[in-house]
Parts: sequence; C-alpha cells; structure tokens
Amino acid sequence: MARYTPPKQSKLGQLIDVIVLLVLAIGALYLPLWMGLAGSTKTPVPQDAPTWESLGQNPTMVEKWNQLGFTDPAAASDMITARFDYSFSWISLAVMVVVIVGYFVMMVRFSETEYREVIAEKFDGN
Amino acid sequence: MATTHEAPEKLGLLRVLGPAHVWALGVGIVLVGEYMGWNFAVGKGGAYAALIACWFAGTLYSCVAMIDSEVTSTVAAAGGQYTQAKHIVGPLMAFNVGLYLVFAYTMLEAANAITVGFLMDEVAKMMGTDGIDQRPFIILAIMFLAWLNYRGVLATLTFSLVITAFAFTAVILLFLFTTVLSGDSPMRHAELMTDLPYGWLGVLASMHFGLWYYLGIEGTTQAAEEVRSPARSLPFGTLAGIMTLLIAATLTWYVCVGLMPWEYLGQAGVPLFDAARLSGSTSLMVLLGIGTLFATLASANGCINDASRAWFAMGRDHYLPAWFGAVHPKYRTPYRSIIFLVPIALIFALGAPLDQVITFSILSGLLGYTFMPINIILFRKKWPLDSIKRGYEHPFHPIPSITLFTLCAVTYFAVFLGYGTQLIAMISFYIIVSLWFHFWRYRFVKRADQFTMPWPRPKGY
Repeated sequence: MARYTPPKQSKLGQLIDVIVLLVLAIGALYLPLWMGLAGSTKTPVPQDAPTWESLGQNPTMVEKWNQLGFTDPAAASDMITARFDYSFSWISLAVMVVVIVGYFVMMVRFSETEYREVIAEKFDGN
Repeated sequence: MATTHEAPEKLGLLRVLGPAHVWALGVGIVLVGEYMGWNFAVGKGGAYAALIACWFAGTLYSCVAMIDSEVTSTVAAAGGQYTQAKHIVGPLMAFNVGLYLVFAYTMLEAANAITVGFLMDEVAKMMGTDGIDQRPFIILAIMFLAWLNYRGVLATLTFSLVITAFAFTAVILLFLFTTVLSGDSPMRHAELMTDLPYGWLGVLASMHFGLWYYLGIEGTTQAAEEVRSPARSLPFGTLAGIMTLLIAATLTWYVCVGLMPWEYLGQAGVPLFDAARLSGSTSLMVLLGIGTLFATLASANGCINDASRAWFAMGRDHYLPAWFGAVHPKYRTPYRSIIFLVPIALIFALGAPLDQVITFSILSGLLGYTFMPINIILFRKKWPLDSIKRGYEHPFHPIPSITLFTLCAVTYFAVFLGYGTQLIAMISFYIIVSLWFHFWRYRFVKRADQFTMPWPRPKGY
C-alpha cells in the first residue's frame, strides 16, 4: 500500500486553524454565560423579620452562624432558605441523551475509518 | 524568548521523574478539590448527599485509575489518554480526548487562580480592610506557574511535591486537632446534620460536584514520557494517589459538616479555611490558609504541566499546527504550548464565575471518563492479555468498565439537572470540531506515524 503524503500547510493556514479552534472553544463556553442561560440559580424564600427559630436553626447552628460572622438572622436568611429547582422536562432529557449518544457514535465511526487507514499503512505500507 | 529557537523534531522530553513525582502530579492537581469546590455538592443535595457523592465519585475514579494504569503502563508516551486513543480507537477520538484534557486542565487552572484571588481577599477582610482587587493575584499566580513550567519539569514537579505534601498534612492535622487531639472537640455533627433537603434527587444532583473531590487524578499519565520507569511508576503513583484522595475527601467532609451549617458550607469559597476558623485555633487557621494557597498553586502547576503536554502532543502529530510540537532546546519543555495556553486560562479566570469554570472542567473530564470504558474494552479486544506485555493488568474486567460507564451516565444526568445548557453547548462544540477535524484537519496527518508502539497488528484488522 502506498504511503499517504500530507500536503504542507502554510504558516497562514496554521494560524487560521488555531483561530478557528479558539473561536469555537471560547464561543461555546462563553455563549451560555453571555445569553444568561448558564447554570442553575438558587431561589430564596424571603421572610418578614426572620428569626433563627423561623429559619429552622437550632442553638448549635446559631452559634456557628455567629462564629461565621452572621449575627443577624436577616443576613443569613437568603442563604438558609434558598433552594435549587430540579424540575425538568423529559423532552429536554431525551434531547440530551440523543446528543451525547449521537456524538459518541459519530466519533467512534469516523475514528474507525481513520484507524483502518493508519493500521493499513503501518503494517502493509512500504 | 530571545534565547530560544525552533528545536529539531527529534529532541525529546527528559526522563527524570520517579513514582513520588507521579503521585505529586496526580494528588497535587486534585487535592485542591478538598480545599474548594467539593462543597458545592453539599449545596446541591445536603451534607449526606455530598458524602454519598464522595464515595460514588471515589468508585468512579477508582475505576478510572485501574483502567488508566493498565493502558498507560503499556502506552508510555506524552499525551496520556490522547496517545492511548490514538493507538486504540483512532485519530478523531484522540483529537477529542486531547481537547478534553486541555480544557479540563485549563479550566481547573482558571478555577485555582480564582480561588487564590478569593483567599487573598478573605485574608485582607479579616485584617480589617474592605477587601482587595483579586485580579493581580489571579494573573500573578498563572504567570508565575507558567514560567516555572517553562523552565523545566523536574523543578516544577519537585515544587508540586513539597507543597502538595504540606497541603495534605494540613488536612490531616485539622482532622486530628478537631477530633482525637482536642479535649473539647468543636465538632457538632449530631446538631448540624439534617435530612436530605432535596430527597434522593438531590443525591443524584450532588454527583455533579462530587467529581470535584478527585478530578484530575488521571493526569498522572501525562508524565509518561518523562518518567524513568513508566511501567512501574505510573500504576504505583496513580493508585497511591487515588487512595490518598479517598482518605482526604472523607476526612474533609467529616470535618466540615461537623463545624458549619450545610447551607453555609454549600456555597463557601474556601471551606477548609472556614473550618479552621471555626475550630477556634489561630494556628490551624494559618495552617489551613497556607494549605489552601499551596493546594491551589500545586493544582494549577500540575494543570499547566498536563494541558501543555496534551497540546504539545497534538501539535507534534499535526492534529494541531506543528508549531506547537516544538521542545525548548535548553529546558526541554513544550514551551510554546505552555505560553499559548496562558491567555486562555486568564480569559476564564478573570471573566467567568467559579461554579461555571468548575462545571466546564468537570464536563470535559466527564467526557474523558466516558471514553475510558470504550478504550479499555477495545484494548483488550484488539490486544488480548497474552498478545503484548502489560506493566499492570487491572482485575475483574469488564466490571470496572461497566461501573464507570454507569456512573458517568448518572453524572451526565446530575449535570443536566443544573447546567444542561452548558452540557449541550459543550457537546455541540465537540461535534463541530470533530467534523472540522475529520473533513479538514486530518489531511495534514501522516497516517502510519499515528501508531508508534512496538505492538503486533491489532486483532480484526
């Protein structure tokens, strides 16, 4: 089997390739942040004039909050009452599964094609 | 840079590292996970959920360490899992794995730099100021460590070894002085522990940040080309590393949940430092403050080392422009890759919130862990045990692979619960760059050069 000789890439071509990769990477990672779609946020449950008791804190917990610098229950109220919302749509979950599985299937199949070329040239090449 | 010039391709990396350096590289990258970040698992599901996540994530990483040790004791070359994928699955998979490694480590490096800045700010506030600008500390940390990496691997990892040992000792001392050595222990587990605030769904959700206890241990394989005896040192260093981390993670959880309410712990920036503050001992507070600083520096140091090796290896193979494949003629380090990744780390360290940066790192790591079961199953199929010599054979195959794959699926769901948009964005990125590689970049790759191991032809090919 004849060996494959790759074309020589110009300096400009190399530079363009790096820029493309960087733009894609930084774009993909920053896009959700810019669009305000990144991450789950906790939602606090505000209380009027909260007390340690109304926030469900026992004396030991109160002592620890005080040591941490929270002497006023109102200051710790949002932190104590905030909760994540874990509700989700099954359709979104199905989309995620399809995207992940599809990605790995595509990658393994394309890799297999390339791998056969590598093995053929390595073991049958001149 | 005036003293450097493009090195001839045959110039190789120096083989100067022993098992202790491998341990330091693995534990050094990861130990910061006990000093910050793991506690977001408490916020996601409560204190008990974080403990369950700690152990399930520990199981996941034990499988990773076992599988990685077998493959890397045989494929001892720079690039770690990237080089494994190249020999076992194929070039496109290798390209993706290389990118997983670069992004997981570069984002982890950014997270470490953010923590350095946060710690300095906390210390300044404790000294009575209104806080300080964190950005100079973030920039200084990244630039100093990049310079250290540029100058040579032995000095870099020896530095890591010393500060990692200090940071690990600090965790042990905090545990001892708040439990067995303390006459009146400040621990209040009975009063502070609560039921699961989100039920079992919260336990699943906490797996997301549960990975942070151990993320990066697989980085030991990146040093394969610079280790004196890879077949012995890599499995030993990696497996000793995961055992160290299992102990440190459990102790960290125990100390922190016994000292502060879970609602505070779940959002704390430097939880072990907070735990030391609550112990009532100034000495412990200083010790854990220094420990936090050292852990973040050791981790960022290892991350720069690993990310640059992966980027370098891809450049050397022309998966990326060959310019990155150069070795410094004097220091014998992949200096162009080291310098190139600095601004990327800075962009994220200075511009993104800590939990987002951690999530980017975890997602890249998670994709890499999903690759590992595929990798080891194909490795055993293409080269059965009696066909090539392995430095280490992991037991009970394929149970670790099935366990790892199942735990990865659970973690994808956990990430989906809070950060589904990032997950889809990141996978979309990998799909696009995979198409870019397969249909464009691969034309510059020499086919036969992708297989350099002295192995027989793979079975079935």
